[in-house]
Amino acid sequence: MATQVFKIPETFRKDFKYTFCPGCDHGVAIRLVAEVLEELGLRENAIVAASIGCSVTIYDFLNIDALEAPHGRAMAEATGIKRARPDKFVFTYQGDGDFASIGLAESLHAALRGEKISAICINNTTFGMTGGQLGPTTMVGQVTTTSPTGRNLEYYGYPIKIAEHIALCEGTAFSARVSLDSVANIRKAKQAIKKAFEVQIHGLGLGFVEILSSCPTNWKMTPAQAHERVRNEMCNIFKPGIYKDVTEGLK
Amino acid sequence: MALETITEKKVLIKGNYAIANAAVMAGCQCYFGYPITPQSEIGEFMSGKMQELGRGYVSAESELAAINMVIGACSTGVKAMTSSSSCAVALMQEGLSYACTDELPVVLISVMRGGPGLGNIYPSQGDYNQTLKGGGNGDYKMIVLAPSNVQECFDLTYKAFYLAHKYKNPTVLLADGFLGQMMEPVEMKEYPYPEIDNSAWCLTGAKGRDGRVIRSYGPLAEDRCEFLENLFGKYKQIEENEVEWEEHNTEDADILLVSFGSTSRNVRTAAKICAEKGLKVGTLRPITLFPFPNKRLAELAQKVKKIITVEVNMGQMVNDVKLAVNGKVPVELIHKGVGTPPSPEEIVSQIEELV
Repeated sequence: MATQVFKIPETFRKDFKYTFCPGCDHGVAIRLVAEVLEELGLRENAIVAASIGCSVTIYDFLNIDALEAPHGRAMAEATGIKRARPDKFVFTYQGDGDFASIGLAESLHAALRGEKISAICINNTTFGMTGGQLGPTTMVGQVTTTSPTGRNLEYYGYPIKIAEHIALCEGTAFSARVSLDSVANIRKAKQAIKKAFEVQIHGLGLGFVEILSSCPTNWKMTPAQAHERVRNEMCNIFKPGIYKDVTEGLK
Repeated sequence: MALETITEKKVLIKGNYAIANAAVMAGCQCYFGYPITPQSEIGEFMSGKMQELGRGYVSAESELAAINMVIGACSTGVKAMTSSSSCAVALMQEGLSYACTDELPVVLISVMRGGPGLGNIYPSQGDYNQTLKGGGNGDYKMIVLAPSNVQECFDLTYKAFYLAHKYKNPTVLLADGFLGQMMEPVEMKEYPYPEIDNSAWCLTGAKGRDGRVIRSYGPLAEDRCEFLENLFGKYKQIEENEVEWEEHNTEDADILLVSFGSTSRNVRTAAKICAEKGLKVGTLRPITLFPFPNKRLAELAQKVKKIITVEVNMGQMVNDVKLAVNGKVPVELIHKGVGTPPSPEEIVSQIEELV
């Protein structure tokens, strides 16, 4: 007898069109967010602050209430939503450029205030939508359209380790970095997203997940090569793991 | 300053406190702000009062964050506001452009100080253009209300919340450091406007319905054209319905003095002195800067011989007056770059030079 092992989450809009590049991990990440929203019964109470970059299209996929924030301001807008409606489930879905470059102040201060919101940050080491420029997470040596001979320290300095920085903030309840390069890691990613959502539900503080993702188009790689890079290069620099979890030891 | 809110008697109160009290009494649910002189009393008052009432308050990390927190709160349909001044309002321009495009009822209290750049903390009217002509990108307009005394700071704050929600449009109370810091008796009446039902558009979670998206991104040119036509259709309605001004002695005036805000107080005194000297001088004070009293100015331009605007800037509103009268009469400017308004005597002597 046939068993259904995969389905499109109910939270997806009926008329959604898949608009991401082949091999991009945004699709998997958004599917995981949808699954967790459903498993926690949050769809009808959720408001997402979408950000600028490829991540903005989350509102074309998910059939939930959404506010599109200016570049870098999703955490501020999510703060405003949550302060106005503390009973709503509020989360952001942002890229690394949005969260950790132009929006770093908003991100860190939301974490320091212990805003009872959740944040998902896609780290693909580049500004994807604008064509693959150097971003705050571009790895040392990595070639981009604005680091044509690779990221060198003299001109560009170092990339930021986002999950570690957020974990340092005392208002953060949960901070983790996950990767989507294998089925096992996708399962771990889903667990992390669930935890980041649950800490908000329990009013413990900010829940944060940094998701290492491929960008085959801008990396000029095949999807398989791009995932090799996530596994072999990114995971060595941006080490997956749970950097803070205030629920550890709690029942 | 005691945290008084509701009283039937007049109280002697600073403009900044009048504004903050009105916001609380109007039902403002969230305040987000960053300190800057000369409006810091508003944030100080709100920090205590909003917490006392269990409403939303954040000492924002920047003006960029503050305006975006207001946008977030307003997207859920509640009354929310921020307050700031000049060089810091400059930092909010991106958010204001988004809020106009998102059609959200953002309320901004803008208490002008000297500019450009860091400028100084003296009063000024140097942000007329920043507020009316848009420091943000693209085609948009905010409703702008200009009080001239502390009672109006209170009353027009009420009106700002009402109009912002009525038209789903960012609305600015454009005061200045003079009004913010000055004390005058104020009668704190109850909020006189009807509550606007925002349930058809606000974000509350997609319970029993499809998800709503509040967005400013419009990837297709044709769709964007249609959107902008509709947006400007709304602005036209606002111009038809909401223009407000005050005028005195315009019936047989030869000279019309046009000024807004705190400056208009000395202008009226100057007009009285002129009358004693036998000059026929009328005054017009726009209370709404957008919508601007274009029609009335065009009518008066048929009757008077000269229009003179008086401003505390290098001449900003004068250009809108010129557009309104479209060359019918000469339009002159009496101005002072920054500081308290020119005294009535200074204004009179400059009028005499111009006439």
